[in-house]
Amino acid sequence: MKYLDEYRCPNLAKKILDNIKAISKQEIKLMEVCGTHTVAIFRSGIRNILPDNISLISGPGCPVCVTSKEDIDKAIAISRQKDVILATYGDMFRVPGSFSSLEKEKANGADVRVIYSSLDALKIARKNPQKKLVLMGIGFETTSPTVASTIITAKKENLRNFYVLVCHKVIPPAMKAILDSGEIMINGFICPGHVSTIIGSHPYEFIARDYNVGCVITGFEPIDILQGILMLIQMIESGYAKVDIEYRRFVRADGNPIALKLMDEVFRVCDSNWRGLGMIPKSGLELRDEYIMFDVKSSFDIEIDSNDKSEEENLQCMCGEILKGVRIPPDCRLFGNLCTPDTPVGPCMVSSEGTCAAYFKYGDIKNR
Amino acid sequence: MAILKTDKILLSHGSGGKASHELISELFLPAFDNPFLNQLNDQALLEVGDLRIAYTTDSYVIDPIFFPGGDIGKLSVYGTINDLAMCGATPLYISAGFIIEEGFSIDELRKVVYSMKQASDLTGVKIVTGDTKVVNKGHADKIFINTSGFGLVDKDVNISVNRAKVGDKVIISGSIGDHGIAVLSKREGLYFDSPIESDCAPLSDLVKEMLSVTKCIHCLRDPTRGGLATTLNEIAQQSGVGIMIEETKIPIKEAVKAACEFLGYDPLYVANEGKLVAVVPEEYSLEIVSKMRDNKYAVDAQIIGEVVSEPKRVILKTSIGGVRIVDMLSGELLPRIC
Repeated sequence: MKYLDEYRCPNLAKKILDNIKAISKQEIKLMEVCGTHTVAIFRSGIRNILPDNISLISGPGCPVCVTSKEDIDKAIAISRQKDVILATYGDMFRVPGSFSSLEKEKANGADVRVIYSSLDALKIARKNPQKKLVLMGIGFETTSPTVASTIITAKKENLRNFYVLVCHKVIPPAMKAILDSGEIMINGFICPGHVSTIIGSHPYEFIARDYNVGCVITGFEPIDILQGILMLIQMIESGYAKVDIEYRRFVRADGNPIALKLMDEVFRVCDSNWRGLGMIPKSGLELRDEYIMFDVKSSFDIEIDSNDKSEEENLQCMCGEILKGVRIPPDCRLFGNLCTPDTPVGPCMVSSEGTCAAYFKYGDIKNR
Repeated sequence: MAILKTDKILLSHGSGGKASHELISELFLPAFDNPFLNQLNDQALLEVGDLRIAYTTDSYVIDPIFFPGGDIGKLSVYGTINDLAMCGATPLYISAGFIIEEGFSIDELRKVVYSMKQASDLTGVKIVTGDTKVVNKGHADKIFINTSGFGLVDKDVNISVNRAKVGDKVIISGSIGDHGIAVLSKREGLYFDSPIESDCAPLSDLVKEMLSVTKCIHCLRDPTRGGLATTLNEIAQQSGVGIMIEETKIPIKEAVKAACEFLGYDPLYVANEGKLVAVVPEEYSLEIVSKMRDNKYAVDAQIIGEVVSEPKRVILKTSIGGVRIVDMLSGELLPRIC
C-alpha cells in the first residue's frame, strides 16, 4: 500500500464513473469547498469525464484567497519595519494587498522568508535574537493546530522575539454563509478531508440537518473524489441528506482530539473578514488572553500609510463572486488577458489553489 | 520597446518560466536582435568557414553548493556540455569564470574545482580558459560559476526547438524531478527512506548514440528549470504545434512522487539536470528509444506522447482518462536550483 497509485487506478475510476452515470438522474451542483480539491479535480481532469448533468462549483476554501486585504496590508506594513523578519507560506508571498505584495517588498529590501512549516519560523526566531520574527498565520483547521503548537513552544521557551499575525479561519461558518446568502443552489458539499482529519465530521451536521444538503468528507486523490461524488449522488437521488466520510483512512467522526485541544488552548473563535465574502460571524480565530503577548497587535504599531492606498481595487475583478461559487472565472472580463498567474489582479489568480489559477493553468479545455 | 510588467527584477524572472521568457523577449531580444539569438535555442549555431560551431553560456548560483548526487562544479561543467549537446554538437572546450564571496573556504573551493576536473576528464571536454573575481562578504553567496563552451555540429544535423512536426513522437530519457527534489530536500533538511539524488549527468554521448540511429532528430532540449512542462511548452510554441502526453507513461521515481505530493509540487515542473526531451519522426522513434536505453543515463527512456496539430497547447491525458492543459511554469517554484 503506497497510498498514491491505488487511488489513481484507471480501472477503478472507470467503475465508479459508470456507477455515477447509472444512478445520476437530476441536474445537480456540487461544491468542492476546498482549493486543494479544486486543483486535484483539474489536475486529474475529472470535470471533463463527469456526465453533463453534474456541475462542480469551486468554493471559498483557499486560505490565501480569502485572507482580507487589510490583513495583507498589515503584513506589508510590518515587513517594512526595522529589524523585522516576516515569515509566510509560499502562496501568500505574491498576493496583492491594497498597494503592494510581500514579493515586491522583498525586492525593495524587506526581509521576507518563505517557510514550509510554522516550526521553521521558530528556528529563524531563535537564530536571530536581535530581530523580531513575525509569522503570518493563515489557513484553516489544517494549519492552525501547528501554529498553536508553535506558539505553545514559544511560550515554554520564553521566546521574546516571536510574534504572530493571526489570520486563521474556520470552514463550516463559511459554508453556512454561502447557503444563507441564497445566491446559489447547492445540492451537496465535497468537504475537505484534511480539515476533518482535525475537526472530524460533527461540525458539518447542521448543514445536513438544517439545510437538507449532504456533505461527504473526501480525500484528494482522483479515486477519492470520484467516490465522494458517487456518495453525494446516492444521497441526492435517495432524497436523504447526511454527513458521510469517504476519507476513512484518516478521518474519524471526532477528529483529532490532541490537535483540537491545542487549538482550543491557544485560540478562541471570533468574527472574521473574508475577502470576497465579507464579515462572517464566528469564522475566525484569535489568540486567547494567556497568549496575547505573541499577537502583533499587542507589540507593533501597525500604521498603513494612507498615501500608499492609491491603487483602486479593480472593480471588474470577480474574485468575490467566484469565491461564493456564483460565477466562474471565464465570466470575468479580466480573466486570461489582464489577469493571469504572472499578473494577478485578484487573489484567486495568485494562489496555486485559487479557482482562477486552476482554470487558467489546467484549463477548461472545452471552453478555450 | 515593450514595457515589462514590473519595475523591479523579481526572483521569478530567473525561474525559467513565463517571467524569464518575458524578460528575454521584451528586453534582451530587442536589444541584441540578431538571427542567431532570435532562434531562442539553448545555444547559438554559428557558421565559420566550413565549420558549424555551437556556442553557449550558463551561470550557476545553486544553493546549497553540495547536494546529493552532485555539486555546483560538476553541474557547471555538465550544464554547458548538455546545452551544446542539445543541438547535436560534440562539445570540445569550455571556459570557467568564478565569482567568489570573501571568506569562502579554500577547502570547499578545492572540492568544487576537483569535481569540475573530474567532470572534464570523464567527458574529455577541456576547461581551457577562466577568470576569478572575489567580492565583499555578503555581495555574493559563497560561489557563483559561469561556464561557456563550444562544440562542432555535423553538416547534416539540424536540431532546433522550432522543428517539431505533427506526428512526431516525444521521448523523455528517464525519470523526472530528481534534481529539484534532491536540492530542495538537502536545503530544507528533509530526509526520505530512499534518498533522492540529483540526476546531474553529461548527455553528449547519449545524443551521439541517438544520432547514430538517424540524423533526422527534430528537437532536443534538457528540461532544467521549469521542468518537463516548460520545455514541452517551448517546443510547442516555437514549432507552432500541440503536444499530447500521457501521464501514465512519464517515469517518476516513487520517492520523488511522494516528496512532490507532500510539498505540493507538480513533478512536471521540477528541474532535471541529466535528462533530455527528444522530438523525433515516428518511424525512428522505437529504434531511438531502444538505443537510448543502452546508455546508463537513459535506461528508463520512454515515449511519452506525440505532436498534434490542434489544440496548439500541451495537453496531458490523466491516469483516470481525463485531459488537462499543461502550462508553462508561472512564478517561482524553487529558488536557485542551478
